Amino acid sequence: MAKETGVVSWKDLALGCTLTEPGTAAQLKTGDWRSMRPVTNYELCNKCGQCYIFCPDMVYSRTAEGYYEANYYYCKGCGICARECPKDAIQMVEEEN
Amino acid sequence: MGKRVGMEVSIAAAEVVGLCDVDVIAAYPITPQTHIVEHLSELVAEGHLDAEFVPVESEHSAMSTCVGAAAAGARTFTSTSSQGYALMAEICYIASSLRLPIVMAVANRALSAPINIWNDHADMMMSRDTGWIQTVAENGQEVVDLLLHAYRVAEDPRVLLPVIVNLDGFTLSHMIEPIWLPDKEEVDRYLPPYKPKLRLDPRNPMTFGPVGMPEVYTEAKKAQDEAMNGALPVIIEAWGEFEKQFGRAYRPVETYKTDGAEILFLTMGSISETAMTAVDKMRAEGKKVGLVRLRLWRPFPAKELVDVLKRAKAVAVVDRAMAFSTRSGPLCVEVKAALYDHGVSPYVQNFIAGLGGRDVTVEDFEAMAAKTGDGLSKGLPMAYEIVNVRE
Repeated sequence: MAKETGVVSWKDLALGCTLTEPGTAAQLKTGDWRSMRPVTNYELCNKCGQCYIFCPDMVYSRTAEGYYEANYYYCKGCGICARECPKDAIQMVEEEN
Repeated sequence: MGKRVGMEVSIAAAEVVGLCDVDVIAAYPITPQTHIVEHLSELVAEGHLDAEFVPVESEHSAMSTCVGAAAAGARTFTSTSSQGYALMAEICYIASSLRLPIVMAVANRALSAPINIWNDHADMMMSRDTGWIQTVAENGQEVVDLLLHAYRVAEDPRVLLPVIVNLDGFTLSHMIEPIWLPDKEEVDRYLPPYKPKLRLDPRNPMTFGPVGMPEVYTEAKKAQDEAMNGALPVIIEAWGEFEKQFGRAYRPVETYKTDGAEILFLTMGSISETAMTAVDKMRAEGKKVGLVRLRLWRPFPAKELVDVLKRAKAVAVVDRAMAFSTRSGPLCVEVKAALYDHGVSPYVQNFIAGLGGRDVTVEDFEAMAAKTGDGLSKGLPMAYEIVNVRE
């Protein structure tokens, strides 16, 4: 998973550490140092999208039913979504390992 | 065919940069470099040179402009000295790390304080580890030749590193010398057009200078170190091509009357010519003294240097900058390290001379040779001294 983590040999780095294609940050796993994860209670959720708007890492995406779902590959567990949710539908739950 | 001219060295430097079809020049005036970029601004203003001349507000901006322009694929030039160089330093590291083949002339000058506009090598040593290739000129002809060589080396796809040509402030920059100036056809024959490997282009977006996390920074620096090491053979090859075309030879380490020498001086820059006169005089008196001149400061040609120095009983290293508290100047520190690495241990005497524009004379070199010979014959501890300092 070298590409995901940026862990490559010095011989494989592009000249001057340049990123030779756009959008490569999407490949970078930023969710592996999270200590708390956001969990949405869809019973309380009113689909307002505040979590989607405030998330600094664009973790949330809209589902077919109109709810918002977190992608834990990117989520750093900052808790902004939980703080901003007007319905208190998002709880921060401790990661087990 | 080129022509032989009597010309101020700074003007000749600007002329040859102009002949190299430079696209972007960004510069801020500072003594003693000013005449170089002043003349380039004239060449652009008068329509002799089709380039963008960006009169920036600081040296920091000058190098930033060159970085941006070079990343977009332009051939760039700037020039600086001393305090301006210090201000520029932050971006100098970025230019080399991004592997941008910028060429810069540095008219070497002392660093403040006290404020001093005259020549020594404090600014060259300050920028020692910026990751730029650095050559050193001894006279005006060499400034012209090394600038032309600089573009060829910097832009070589096997190198892609920025290059500094060091010339002593005033003692070189402001002298009027006889110089053989190449013509456009000769320059074009030696210097192919710049073809960037990677460049900023909206049709093919790339990110230059992204963040490097702890997982990647070490590898980035290793790649840069290897690039610098790999530049050495290309630098030598480009000098070989230069010799074939122009008939003037350059080497990373150059020698003068070293055959049979027991004491070898090691110098950099324009005082080497004074040293040659001193060696001539001492040789005529039967003294076994020779001279080694370091042409290439970065990459440091350790092996080439040791191969020459190992033949002598004693080496007198002349530094033109201080490395406070180390009891060796910056050049001597590296020379001693190179000797140690190669298991060679001649008697090494270090002299700090010519600080802040103080003259270094033939008599000074004679005194240095006498002191080194004395230390060697009496088995005195290897010493470090500031030449002619008033107690």
